Amino acid sequence: MSAGVPLTAEHVLEFPGGYTRTTGPVIGRFLTELREGRLMGVRTAGGRVLVPPLEYDPETGEPVTDEWVRVGPAGTVLTWAWVESPRPSHPLDRPFAWALVRPDGADTALVHAVDAGNVKSMRTGMRVRPDFVPGPERRGHIRDIRAFVPEVTRIVSPIRTRYRVSAGKALTRFLEGVAEGVFIGGRCDTCAKVYVPYRVSCPECGGVIAEEVNLPDTGTITTFAINNLPDPRAPEVPFVSAYVLLDGADIPMITLVGGVPAHEVRQGMRVRAVWVPPEERGMSMSNVKWFAPTGEPDAEVSR
Amino acid sequence: MGNRCAVIGVGQTRYQTKRRDVSIAGLVREAALRALEDAGLTFADIDAVVIGKAPDLFEGVMMPEAYLADALGARGKPMMRVHTAGSVGGSTALVGASLIQGGVHDRVLVVAFEKQSESNATWALSTHLPFSASLVVGAGGYFAPHIREYIRRTGAPEHVGALVAVKDRKNALLNPYAHLKIPGISLEMVQSTPMLWEPIRYLETCPSSDGACAMVLSSEKAVTGTPAWVHGTAMRSEPIFRAGRDTVNPRGGQDCAADVYRQAGITDPRRELDAAEVYVPFSWYEPMWLENLGFCAEGEGWKLTESGVTALGGDMPWNPSGGVLSSNPIGASGLIRFAEAALQVRGRAGEHQVPGARRALGHAYGGGAQFFAMWIVGSDRP
Ligand SMILES: [Zn+2]
Repeated sequence: MSAGVPLTAEHVLEFPGGYTRTTGPVIGRFLTELREGRLMGVRTAGGRVLVPPLEYDPETGEPVTDEWVRVGPAGTVLTWAWVESPRPSHPLDRPFAWALVRPDGADTALVHAVDAGNVKSMRTGMRVRPDFVPGPERRGHIRDIRAFVPEVTRIVSPIRTRYRVSAGKALTRFLEGVAEGVFIGGRCDTCAKVYVPYRVSCPECGGVIAEEVNLPDTGTITTFAINNLPDPRAPEVPFVSAYVLLDGADIPMITLVGGVPAHEVRQGMRVRAVWVPPEERGMSMSNVKWFAPTGEPDAEVSR
Repeated sequence: MGNRCAVIGVGQTRYQTKRRDVSIAGLVREAALRALEDAGLTFADIDAVVIGKAPDLFEGVMMPEAYLADALGARGKPMMRVHTAGSVGGSTALVGASLIQGGVHDRVLVVAFEKQSESNATWALSTHLPFSASLVVGAGGYFAPHIREYIRRTGAPEHVGALVAVKDRKNALLNPYAHLKIPGISLEMVQSTPMLWEPIRYLETCPSSDGACAMVLSSEKAVTGTPAWVHGTAMRSEPIFRAGRDTVNPRGGQDCAADVYRQAGITDPRRELDAAEVYVPFSWYEPMWLENLGFCAEGEGWKLTESGVTALGGDMPWNPSGGVLSSNPIGASGLIRFAEAALQVRGRAGEHQVPGARRALGHAYGGGAQFFAMWIVGSDRP
């Protein structure tokens, strides 16, 4: 035996079978009601409703009256402490809150567990309700209430609508062109404006657009945004989304700009479409990887 | 313009990120009851209800007008829903006013709302249908290029956007209903926030809010309390894909403003109006709309902002309430502009009252800056 090491041993002191507690009429009534699934308080001579009940009014020392009041079962959390790591003796085996819950109609609060799942769901003033254990398992004990649980304040409502989207005649024609590496536009019969993508009526004058125009895959950036929020369709952040006015068109297309650092993109910059290899192409704008600078001098940006 | 119409009641909820304590029905009812209380009326005094909100996809509630009839006391009464994208709040007021001006009803309740916390507006605005290859990510991604073009055209210095962001948030501190309250907000604070969609910084964007706004509109013979008289109403729209469309200074906005000024007998809005509540969801839209709405010549808007003209103490206060930059329950945002204009000319704007305001503009825009709604209200009967 070396000196300095205390001599220790485990020892349990436990009254066999547990102590009995005679409840007396007041606490006994409360627990009996609890076994029935009811939360009851008792009124004091001064008119206050005590939950849990006491035999003697803590304010006056007088016996409480024999008037019983059904309270709650819903109540309000007055204050709480979160238990992230429950101990074996705790009522729940996952994180929970100890809380002071004042049942509706009571003037006092009782301490109980609140099973809220997550500390973010807890707040002072929140509404909770007792979750009683099933009837046959109740035995007249405060743990006949498994825990208090938050009231239902929101539900999740999944909504999913499935469409069959038809590209339509005009867009199909445009995408046929894109599949071949050509941007097909259309010239208005009436006002001669050239629209791209191809469409069959003119938003300016209402005229019919019958004449197809094959546009080059070069154009000028009229304006753009540098996007610092990620997007699944963009290769990286930041990415540039730009209005590109194709040569010969009267309306710009919104497109990705690549092959150049975002902060070097300019209004007036000349760009050309970068097409994916022919074998990867389909009827989709994803045939255009992006527009990249041509290296030509900048064009003048008109209004 | 038809019969005279007046605003006799205004009700708003406090705008905030999440109203977890109420359903959509509870939210709109809160605003409606406050508007009725302001007018000294009850639902029984209302002839018809007009409700507005932004796209159904925002909350996934289809036909909200059917769902919300009970909450708005509309049982057995005409009720209709208006939808014109972000300008819908303004259009809702105008549809309501037209029912009075046309002599159809004597008292109309108009309500608009959004409960943005139920889903995500950017998601709802970026649905990416097959065959299209749109790279627009939400409203910011759409408007940023047009702001860039405004800056290029006018040579406006970079800090002008931040000035608006500071001014409107300072005003919000005076408005009990405003969502964003940033005490001590400064130019440096705004300029230190990240670029989201360059040239738009984080604090140059509007918040995402839950909230509702309501007004009671009345015919002349049914007026109660303090009226704000409607002096002019106008709506315009233009196709988003129109060749030659000027996205910086849209024709729809110019035409709408010209129409509403003509009705109100206004030739110089800068001098003849006392306050304006204008839809500015991104800070740079203040100088852009100053020009679009004819408060100055093209290219001069940023100078008005920079010189403090549009501040609460300036000679032409814009958005004394804090504007959309401080509170944005999208569908309601336009109606709030119209309602705040009415509060100003009724002398009921509290701490953000423009002293002696007699005529004010309410403005809303939506879509790709393609839907416009405006009204002018005044303290004098037209
Ligand atoms: Zn045409």
